[in-house]
Amino acid sequence: MSMRTLLLVGSRLVQVVPVLVLATLAIFGLLQLVPGDPAAVIAGETATAERIAQIRQMLGLDLPVWQQYLHWLSGAVRGDLSTSLITGVPVLEEVLRRLPNTLLIVFMALALSVAIGVPLGILAATNVDGRIDRLVTSTASLGVAVPNFWMGMILVGFFALGLGWFPTTGAASLTQEPLRALHHATLPACALALSGIAEITRQLRSALIDVLSSQYVRTLHAKGLPQSKILWRHGLKNVSLTLLTVVGLVFNRTLGATVAIEAVFAIPGTGSLVVASATNKDFPVVQGVVFVLVLIVIACNLLIDLLYAALDPRMSRR
Amino acid sequence: MSATVQQASRRKRRSRLRTWLAGDRRAAISLSFLLLLGSLSLLAGVIAPYSPVAQSMDILAPPSAAHWLGTDDLGRDVFSRLLHGGPMTLYASFLAVSVGLAIGLPIGVLAGYLGGWVDTGVGRIIDTMLSFPSIVLAIAVTGALGIGLTNSMIAVGIVFSPGIARLIRVQTMIVKGDLFVDAARTFGSSTWRVIFRHILPNAIQPVIVQVTLLLATALLAEASLSFLGLGVQPPQPSWGQMLARAYTYMEIAPEQMYAPGLAILFTALAFNALGESLRALLDPTRSRND
Repeated sequence: MSMRTLLLVGSRLVQVVPVLVLATLAIFGLLQLVPGDPAAVIAGETATAERIAQIRQMLGLDLPVWQQYLHWLSGAVRGDLSTSLITGVPVLEEVLRRLPNTLLIVFMALALSVAIGVPLGILAATNVDGRIDRLVTSTASLGVAVPNFWMGMILVGFFALGLGWFPTTGAASLTQEPLRALHHATLPACALALSGIAEITRQLRSALIDVLSSQYVRTLHAKGLPQSKILWRHGLKNVSLTLLTVVGLVFNRTLGATVAIEAVFAIPGTGSLVVASATNKDFPVVQGVVFVLVLIVIACNLLIDLLYAALDPRMSRR
Repeated sequence: MSATVQQASRRKRRSRLRTWLAGDRRAAISLSFLLLLGSLSLLAGVIAPYSPVAQSMDILAPPSAAHWLGTDDLGRDVFSRLLHGGPMTLYASFLAVSVGLAIGLPIGVLAGYLGGWVDTGVGRIIDTMLSFPSIVLAIAVTGALGIGLTNSMIAVGIVFSPGIARLIRVQTMIVKGDLFVDAARTFGSSTWRVIFRHILPNAIQPVIVQVTLLLATALLAEASLSFLGLGVQPPQPSWGQMLARAYTYMEIAPEQMYAPGLAILFTALAFNALGESLRALLDPTRSRND
């Protein structure tokens, strides 16, 4: 690694710090949104005064707000995200236990989105306003508007209940039973990938159209370079940055969208955990899930930033 | 402006609308669909053949003359529930987008107009908020505010606000440098007047496009949250919640999931198509011949 790369990585890491601090403030602030006395709300309507006092003490709600925040933050830094109010299990342990199930379908969906979205985008952009382009564009518009959990239900109805090719619900461990895990993850990943495919197709199409209609591509044409060479050597190189940005965006969105998909396929992931905890007012768990997911997104953004610099020499000079 | 000039400009605007809709079939269809949905939603109580919550012994019945779309697991008329789900959905979408605008617009305009450390600070906050997976954040905020349609849509609106703020901030920064803003300031216009009379009207166009697209996003978010039991509470009908019930009975009555799903799909499609058409219409790089 050269000195410059090190400097670049270092400066990006430093830039992440304020984002991290703000994110912890926002996650901590979630509890401040609870109307009235949070301890009483969390304890429920039938709780005794004792239980309310116990919860207040457990969450440190009797302290001033800034002390509560510092307390929470110092715990979070040490990997202590408190314990579930309902099961008593440490939050981080529960989140990490479920995370692989979520990440498996998210990454599978992301891979599908890229593998299908990129060729479709190229196909559409090289046939602008032709029949293929119109077909691809309208299918993509459909893909953005379909509720993913409904798509999941349709897939279950057809491929799992009807044809019996896939299991209807559940998940398996990727490390212990890799084939069964992939088999379980296929339908959820397909349902989840739909909007990602559509998004990548649309963005790549418009970026590629911009590049292909630019001055220098016209020059290349005039020079007598064949269309395929222009596309592969010049066009795609220039849209790779757009693709990187879109993939980051799609990753963030897929990580959120998996929540409804996990409900349809009864996958014990972080999405079903956050829904159950929000319903049961188990706020330490809600905060924990959001915190871990935000950390993943920030790490992903950092990686994309660095890849940007690697792909585009102009960026690293800034 | 005199009355005649105003009238003329209004007439011109109306004719421009007509030319646009005549030239853009997609926009015309989408707008008609949404207007139809709006009227059906207003008249749901009058048109619906049954009460949306009236139960009967006739459960999970297939479509018939009496029940056009069949009945659900409690013997309620699916068509009536679909009609009554319309106003819920529209209310939810508009509420979420309004909350997003109410928070995002002033913050974005101020940050863009004032610049300096305010802008840097707001920019950081926006970047941070955008790195939260949106639905998860909406669920977390809903959990804190309390479960229910209005709270969950306020949560979705809060999640929308950083995106709106970012968009209007950039637009404000562009418009701020224009000559007419300098001119207005030289003539002694107050900051508020400059912002409201000069900057906002000239910076708002991309926001209008974004709002139309966000209506579709809000609609899908409402459906997801109601499906997960965090939005509309039973027995109130909503399309997402109808899908949640259909899901439970999927093995016996799979056809239950089609009507609400298609309703969500078509409405989201209409908002998106309208947004895309508006974007094309307002795009200054595209030549307009009017």
